[in-house]
Amino acid sequence: MNALNSYRTGPDEGGHFGIHGGRFVAETLMPLILQLEAAYEAAKVDPAFKAQMDGYLAHYVGRPSPLYYAERLSEHLGGAKVYLKREELNHTGSHKVNNVLGQILLALRMGKTRIIAETGAGQHGVATATLCARFGLKCVVYMGAVDVERQKPNVFRMEMLGAQVIPVQSGSRTLKDAMNEALRDWVTNVHDTFYCIGTVAGPHPYPSMVRDFQSIIGKETRAQMLEAEGRLPDSLIAAVGGGSNAIGLFHEFLDDPGVEIFGVEAAGHGISSGQTAAAILAGRPGVLHGNRTYLLMDDDGQISEAHSISAGLDYPGIGPEHSWLHDIGRVKYIPCTDTEALGAFQLLSKLEGIIPALECAHAIAKVMEIAPTKPKDHLMVVNLSGRGDKDVSTVADLLGGRI
Amino acid sequence: MTTRISARFTDLAAQGRPGLVTFITAGDPDYDTSLELLRMLPGAGADVIELGVPFTDPMADGPAIQAAGLRALKAGQTLAKTLDLVRAFRVEDAATPIVLMGYFNPIYIYGVPRFIADAKAAGVDGLIIVDLPPEEDKELCLPALEAGLDFIRLATPTTDETRLPTVLAHTAGFVYYVSITGITGSATPDADVVGAAVARIKQHTLLPVAVGFGVKTPAQAAAIAAGADAVVVGSALVEAVRKTLDDAGAATANTVPAVEALVRELAEAVRGVGRQAAE
Repeated sequence: MNALNSYRTGPDEGGHFGIHGGRFVAETLMPLILQLEAAYEAAKVDPAFKAQMDGYLAHYVGRPSPLYYAERLSEHLGGAKVYLKREELNHTGSHKVNNVLGQILLALRMGKTRIIAETGAGQHGVATATLCARFGLKCVVYMGAVDVERQKPNVFRMEMLGAQVIPVQSGSRTLKDAMNEALRDWVTNVHDTFYCIGTVAGPHPYPSMVRDFQSIIGKETRAQMLEAEGRLPDSLIAAVGGGSNAIGLFHEFLDDPGVEIFGVEAAGHGISSGQTAAAILAGRPGVLHGNRTYLLMDDDGQISEAHSISAGLDYPGIGPEHSWLHDIGRVKYIPCTDTEALGAFQLLSKLEGIIPALECAHAIAKVMEIAPTKPKDHLMVVNLSGRGDKDVSTVADLLGGRI
Repeated sequence: MTTRISARFTDLAAQGRPGLVTFITAGDPDYDTSLELLRMLPGAGADVIELGVPFTDPMADGPAIQAAGLRALKAGQTLAKTLDLVRAFRVEDAATPIVLMGYFNPIYIYGVPRFIADAKAAGVDGLIIVDLPPEEDKELCLPALEAGLDFIRLATPTTDETRLPTVLAHTAGFVYYVSITGITGSATPDADVVGAAVARIKQHTLLPVAVGFGVKTPAQAAAIAAGADAVVVGSALVEAVRKTLDDAGAATANTVPAVEALVRELAEAVRGVGRQAAE
């Protein structure tokens, strides 16, 4: 086989990244998915769409987000120079809004009037509810009943913004089940409904479309790092659930061989514990939610319940492009346990005055591990994908009321 | 090639009546009861049997079939045991077609070539795999057809004229028309609208057309069957199973008789359509 010229040309026209991806959906949805693909292809090359995106990204979302040199964290770790890409400073408090803006503008172009979404931690749900409020669209968010409990502040935010939040009682009552229920809603209301998927998973074209909307993170990072240091970063690191914040940072740098890339999977109690959400490290390729990708499952192909302290990473799968980047070895996927993430949550809060979401605390935990092994001139960028206000009560409970 | 499915529809046409396709979930509420139910169905009037393959995440199914699948999984059902069920059924019945209905992942993990060989050997006649649209034909559809297993495609209200030929291209046995945009066992289909849709599909294919999703009562079954070659009833039957279970979710003496009674009512209603048409 010939070596790849580029890691950035995927997917193929069937939506495949290597063996991963594809369009494994019910026939009822297939015509709409083909329409969506055509609408997105048209929007992508329409200067008016780009201008509209750029305008809202600057004035509503508040981009560009800063690339911040975490001086005290770097000194504390005693190795690499650590930069934080401050996606938590976006409107709504996470990177999710980048993608939702794109999809909502696309839904408007397609004449859809009702938006549905699934959410785990609630960050994608909040971003969707926010933009639906802004554009006067009806919004229904499916959220696992377990997540409704552990992410209460975000439920109130969504309702405040006018969205209907439906707690999902089936299965493990977390993100996977919320996605099943959203797909069932979509099949039922396909004529007027747009499904705004929150991560780089699902049937083609979602994984590449969501990646494209998130890739602004990496594009800004490249320009900001060149301005700050006059060269590219040496390493990138981001937490991976479905993987949208990670691919958003990584994609821009895949063809820069000098940039080492780490994706951090939520290991829960450990990758061999049976209580994990590390799809690549503890799973195998299978088919769920419209795509082939690494999934946690048993020997009969029944999907396992994931476990993570972080609701946003508590999903038994991962986006297909990550599965491919793992297969070809371009990105190194590493595990982070609940306990390690909790430690990082506290350390970043105390050293930098930034309370990270539990999701990206997983990435910070691996920075704590890797940065000390690197020389002082090593430039490391970590995606601080969301803010941790939503997690404060969860963490307080876990620490027995002591933060 | 004459298969059990084509032979059965030829026979139905000769009798001048539509067929009744019954769906139950394999292993619900347990393997032994499920086998009893399966053996009861032909005598009660089922012309074709759809056997649901349990899956943890059935994204096109409503609450009734979701719950049936979880009951079966809890009782230890696997894809291998589902093939065992078919093999056990075939010992006594060589004529009634069995179609497995489910999702791709358990088959993918079992291994596609091994699954096709084992399903054929067990006496499976056809496959309905909800999450394999024509775009993914090379995964299972083409090798299954090659091996002589009918791959039965779902056509839906959103399948328009331009897409219909794609959907019908690699399908065999019969076409399954999904009567509503929605999940199994939800909205009630409008018989007139469904009849027109079936007529539209028949302009594109010589295959029989069965209609399902949302058909619950004998009267609805008769109304839908009047405009189609067969009608599929599923959620109502697995609900009948559920209602007879004890507090621990185990089968009772009433489980098989209750489902049998409902199948007999459905069959009588569907066969009545044939008699009316003949009068």
